[in-house]
Amino acid sequence: MSVEAGTTPTTDPNAVDVESGTATSANEDAAVPEARPTSVTMTKALNQALRDCLADDDTVLVFGEDVGRLGGVFRVTEGLRAEFGATRVWDSPLAESGIIGTAIGMAMNGMRPVVEMQFDAYAYPAFEQIVSHVAKMRNRTKGRVSLPITIRIPYAGDIGGVEHHSDSSEAYWTSTPGLTVVTPSNPADAYSLLRESIASDDPVVFMEPKSRYWMKETLTLPVTTAPMDRAQVIREGTDATLLAYGPTVRTALDSAEAGAEHGLSIEVIDLRTLSPFDDETVSASVRKTSRAAIIHEAAQFGGYGAEVAARLTERNFTYLSAPILRITGFDVPYPSPKLEEFYLPTVERVLDSLESWDWEL
Amino acid sequence: MTIDVPTTGRSLPQLQPISFIGPDGQPTDTPTEGLRIPSDATLIGLYRQMVLVRRFEAQVTHLTRQGRLATYPSAAGQEAAEVGATTALAPNDWLFPTYRDSAALLTRGVPVAELLAAFRGDWHCGFDPHEYHTSPAATPLATQTLHATGFAMAAKLKGEDAATLTFLGDGASSEGDTHEAFNFASVWQTPTVFVLQNNQYAISTPLREQTNATMLADRAAGYGMPGLRVDGNDVAAVFAAVSAALERGRNGDGPTLIECLTYRMESHTNSDDPTKYRESEEVEHWKQFDPIDRLEKYLRSTGALNDAGVADVAEAAEALAETVRDAMNTEAEIDPRELFAHVYSRPRTALAEQQQLLEAELAGTELAAAGQA
Repeated sequence: MSVEAGTTPTTDPNAVDVESGTATSANEDAAVPEARPTSVTMTKALNQALRDCLADDDTVLVFGEDVGRLGGVFRVTEGLRAEFGATRVWDSPLAESGIIGTAIGMAMNGMRPVVEMQFDAYAYPAFEQIVSHVAKMRNRTKGRVSLPITIRIPYAGDIGGVEHHSDSSEAYWTSTPGLTVVTPSNPADAYSLLRESIASDDPVVFMEPKSRYWMKETLTLPVTTAPMDRAQVIREGTDATLLAYGPTVRTALDSAEAGAEHGLSIEVIDLRTLSPFDDETVSASVRKTSRAAIIHEAAQFGGYGAEVAARLTERNFTYLSAPILRITGFDVPYPSPKLEEFYLPTVERVLDSLESWDWEL
Repeated sequence: MTIDVPTTGRSLPQLQPISFIGPDGQPTDTPTEGLRIPSDATLIGLYRQMVLVRRFEAQVTHLTRQGRLATYPSAAGQEAAEVGATTALAPNDWLFPTYRDSAALLTRGVPVAELLAAFRGDWHCGFDPHEYHTSPAATPLATQTLHATGFAMAAKLKGEDAATLTFLGDGASSEGDTHEAFNFASVWQTPTVFVLQNNQYAISTPLREQTNATMLADRAAGYGMPGLRVDGNDVAAVFAAVSAALERGRNGDGPTLIECLTYRMESHTNSDDPTKYRESEEVEHWKQFDPIDRLEKYLRSTGALNDAGVADVAEAAEALAETVRDAMNTEAEIDPRELFAHVYSRPRTALAEQQQLLEAELAGTELAAAGQA
């Protein structure tokens, strides 16, 4: 399996089989065309995940603003209405609370709604429905009513979006018990994690990093990657651990590459799922490297990185050689496009931050 | 050149509320919009249930004052809307209530102890929604109107013969979710009935400070659905209107908004003082429109009810009150470990660790108690 745009190789038995020329055993039926690895964008991977879920399960429904005829403003739902009809995939009125609120009722009546919030900040009108009802229904009914709802939220910046189109809202969702919060950084994970989210009996906030939508990877779909509650070490190293997710995985890998030129061996972990947090994988890495930093686009104060730093410190204090760092956006509202480059955590900011550690061991 | 304007399907509700039985127990001469008064047998059942729920409300309010329940929002005075609308539901229909709709839950068959679990502080929802086809009562205002709409949409997609009914109040009519639910339900033509109980106050805020509209039922026209204004203290009118609206929904003709004009006789909950925001003359005025008195007078006048029948219902009400007292005097078993049991369908490591912490705390408490003994 080859990987473009610097992504990490992802477990993909089918693709490996094809590359090595090994017969894909069970799929030798001549009627089934042989799956070949192709170049797949994250958008395409998400689209295929939705298509496969719709085909496999009649209770899966896709609705939201402009997801039908247009195929979504990012084309994630392209072609699905034509293929499955307007009773499975349709355009809702423009009202986010209405989308989530009606999805709750549908889920109570046996459906598995997959809804789109179109842009990160557009989810805020639905905040009450998400935190007061979606997250709590199972608990308040002692497990008698589950809500298998997948809430897709295209999020984060670096695409030149205007105001309210570049927020990173993960801290709101991860601090809400009852929600699972997932964010892929590459096409293979995007496919696998979305399918797992839709299959989950618990509600999932599925955050799609907009700046990675057009990232390509050569792979064969369907693909199954690691389970959604597991983080993954995507680059081995011994001097420090960089933790990243969604859009900042690219930044972390580039930083590790740049660090290597300065003689630093940096391990990179893609968290993949923000809640639940994979303490086991991350702590194992930090105990090995003794230093850690987390990178995210959202503002720093009260952000997701604070939780990560606290957890890691509590569990690994005696293994640490230096304070855990947060390399994040500034504590300001997300800026206009021409100021984005000064706001977003860059490779330079990451490396500068790492220099603040006392490297004399 | 003119723009092509559709002109069909637009009408506003009549100002005079639909009513069959007046406050004096006599048939009214107000328009009934083609609805038929329910049979005496149906009215006897509605009378019985209204008496039961009034006794229930009185008993629960009393127990709340004794500190047996943490809080309770009584719907005393609103029995016609609660009972009339809920009784119209078929078993397969679903009810989406608010925190003030215990009378509706009782009518739906939810057992007293399970119904009052939330107000006693045992658990947020004490009953199985699937068993009673009834959603947990919503505390955030108007949110449940969207749940009812979504549920009905799924029923429509599955071809189920089921409709949904949701209650909301005059205060909730100002919330954004109400607008979104009316709009979604009408665009999707879901079998949903919105029963707006206009009880004149949102905690302390009177209707005139809640809306500048003449009535709330005519909002329906703006969403392209029928709106009806009903005397909410006339159970015959409420039952007839809601039955027709449910039937309309099941026939694929979409949602209906029904505004029930009624009055909350008690405080918002036991924690507020209604004398601070309304005059006793107003309360006395509304007593003349009492839903139970008028139906009793009517049924006596038709011969469907006599002293023996009234006594029989009163006896059943006392039995219910005793059931309520017994249920609230029985301490519910609370298992602290359940804190962690229902948050997710799959186990989570972090929750398991926190549960261990609680287990240790519990063990410590037990050890300390044993040491003292």
